[in-house]
Amino acid sequence: MEFLEPNAYTYLAIAVVMFALGAVGVMIRRNGIVVFMCIELMLNAVNLSLIAFSKMHAVSGAFEEGVGPNPGANGSMLVFFVMCVAAAEAVVGLSIIIALFRNRLDIDINNVNIFKW
Amino acid sequence: MTYLYSLIIVLPLLGALIIGLGGLMSAGFRKNEGLIGLLGTAAVGIPFLVILYAFFSYPGDAQIYEIFPWMEAGKLKINFSYQHDELSLLMGMIVTGVGMLIHMYSIGYMKGDEGFYKYFTYLNLFIFSMNNLILGDNMVVMFLGWEGVGLCSYLLIGFWYKDMPKANAAQKAFVANRIGDFAMLIAMFMMYKSMASVSEFVNLSFVDIIDHAHHGGFGDNTFWIALLVFIAATGKSAQIPLFVWLPDAMAGPTPVSALIHAATMVTSGIYLIARLHPIFEASPEVLSIIVVVAALTAVIAAFTAIAQNDIKKVLAYSTVSQLGFMFMALGAGAYVTAIFHVMTHAFFKACLFLGSGSVIHAMEHMHTVEDPQDVRTMGGLRKYMPATGNTFWISTLAISGIIPLSGFFSKDEILSSLFFYGEGFDLYKVIWFVALITAAVTAFYMTRVTMLTFEGSERFPDAKKPHESPAIMTIPLWILAGLAVVGGFLGLPIFLGDLLGMGEGINWIGHGWLEHIIHSENAHAIHEHAHENVLIEYGLVGLSMLVAIMAVFLTRNFYRKHGLAGDEKVRNFFGGFYKVMQGKFYFDEFYQRTIIGPFNWLGENVIKWAEENIVDGAVKAISEGVKNIGDVFKQLQSGLVSNYLLIVSLGVLAMLTYLIFG
Repeated sequence: MEFLEPNAYTYLAIAVVMFALGAVGVMIRRNGIVVFMCIELMLNAVNLSLIAFSKMHAVSGAFEEGVGPNPGANGSMLVFFVMCVAAAEAVVGLSIIIALFRNRLDIDINNVNIFKW
Repeated sequence: MTYLYSLIIVLPLLGALIIGLGGLMSAGFRKNEGLIGLLGTAAVGIPFLVILYAFFSYPGDAQIYEIFPWMEAGKLKINFSYQHDELSLLMGMIVTGVGMLIHMYSIGYMKGDEGFYKYFTYLNLFIFSMNNLILGDNMVVMFLGWEGVGLCSYLLIGFWYKDMPKANAAQKAFVANRIGDFAMLIAMFMMYKSMASVSEFVNLSFVDIIDHAHHGGFGDNTFWIALLVFIAATGKSAQIPLFVWLPDAMAGPTPVSALIHAATMVTSGIYLIARLHPIFEASPEVLSIIVVVAALTAVIAAFTAIAQNDIKKVLAYSTVSQLGFMFMALGAGAYVTAIFHVMTHAFFKACLFLGSGSVIHAMEHMHTVEDPQDVRTMGGLRKYMPATGNTFWISTLAISGIIPLSGFFSKDEILSSLFFYGEGFDLYKVIWFVALITAAVTAFYMTRVTMLTFEGSERFPDAKKPHESPAIMTIPLWILAGLAVVGGFLGLPIFLGDLLGMGEGINWIGHGWLEHIIHSENAHAIHEHAHENVLIEYGLVGLSMLVAIMAVFLTRNFYRKHGLAGDEKVRNFFGGFYKVMQGKFYFDEFYQRTIIGPFNWLGENVIKWAEENIVDGAVKAISEGVKNIGDVFKQLQSGLVSNYLLIVSLGVLAMLTYLIFG
């Protein structure tokens, strides 16, 4: 069962599927909360792909052999940044949705079209 | 030397800057009228002394002081340079000398005016411009001064700008002058074009222009250049058709009328024609035009002056008339005589204006008469203001041409130049006759206004007594009156020299001084004719003496007998013509009908239509077009987040496709 053994490409494939689901969800769903969840899904898909790339480019024992910092660490680092930003963004986004709900008792984003000419 | 002489130009400018900026910045300085007056007067007095020094140490040939190169373009190379020669030094002495006296007088006259510092700023700026005009060695520096004096004249006529008629008078002066300046510009362009065709560099200096003219370089353009310069001079020096601004210019403070609109600025046209006389010598047609225009101006202005009751209006028309005399001299080719009359006129007319200022000052301080300039409310003032009255009388006699005051000599020389210009009966004999009549009329209206103002019984309410002006105002009056008495001896007639065995040397201004710079074939011919017909010349002198004395004497007796009622008899004498005289020959109305009115009509109808339909129409079409395009494309803005996202995603997809497969 060699081919079922998960490797970096497996994770990338999962990330692509997650991202596509998220993107489609943002575009077609009308419930604000669901749209928001789909955005989170896209962010996590990116995180997953970053982890996969990190693993892919890692050099084992690089530090001990004096080659310098492990090049794979860059990807892992970025994941933490994305998570921090996503947390902040979640606060802002949910606040917007709550404010929206308080004002209109409705969170259907297709009804929020004051940008229309 | 250059440094010393640069003071002539720099000090008045510096004075204007210090007084102007100081007054703007500090309220304390503004109130310190003594300091401002002292600075302003010193900024003119010191240049006067420097010019006097330059005059007495004059080496005998023209000196050119180059300050810096001003502009270069192609063949044009204009230097900022000044010229000291007989003509410019003489004019410089008149301008700064009379200017200094009038600055001094103004300290008293403008006392307590809220714009005191502003007044002295403008006055110093005027002296700076005037010095540029007369001392500049080329047309461009001269033109700088020419425009500068026009500006200062505008500022000072409209000095009390809160009064609408005064502001309008300033604007009228400016516009009339601009018409003349336009002619001057074209004349300069034509000079440049002609000179550039033969030489490598053109600096438009007077020396080069005169040289070019002597060699006939201007060719067929001579006529046009001379005519255009004369048109420019009719603007600045108030001749028909552009003289209408000068009587209105009396809206300014009276010392300004004395300095700018009588003694100095208005004579700059005469100076310029004398300076460029070779061009005029070469075009006798223009000389004929000048003499006809000048005679018309002189006689019309003199008759207008008879019927005016505003003391300054009388003097204003008298100035126009005397300027006509100067132009008549120019038209006869007697340039030296014209400059001589410029000088004597500067003395007695400045004195007359300052005297009228003193009278107005006194009438204003009584607070009882409605119009302090109306001679009908005056009378008997010599009793109360002896200094003003006596100097006014002296100047009146001088302008009337009573021997031996200065006006007699200069006016007589003009008359005899006109008479002896040609042989036999020609145009100039007619002009001579017109000038003689004008001289008699001049004596009449000047004596009339003096009699009505200073003699007879008081016609103002006698509760309050008018007071003589302070010494700072009467001292300049006495100095100018003294000059008006002796000024004529600088140009005694040549036949007197022949009689006394002194020859031509007796005429200092012409033969001792200006002959080095002004060589006129016409003037030479006039002298020849006069010399050949010396008996006729005696007769002419006797005639002009007689005319002046008779006119003054009869007028004096007439008005002494009748007082103000004399005007009624004059009105009856002239009949219907008196109305024309009172209406100033309807020049203003004529311009209103033929030029200003049609322009207004054009503006209100044609231009307004074009403005609304063509100019505004184009702007509106553009804005409507933009709006219509926007109406089409705004449909894209659905306001739905998912739509925007779809488009963003498609865009990203397209870019990725391009990056990967492209």
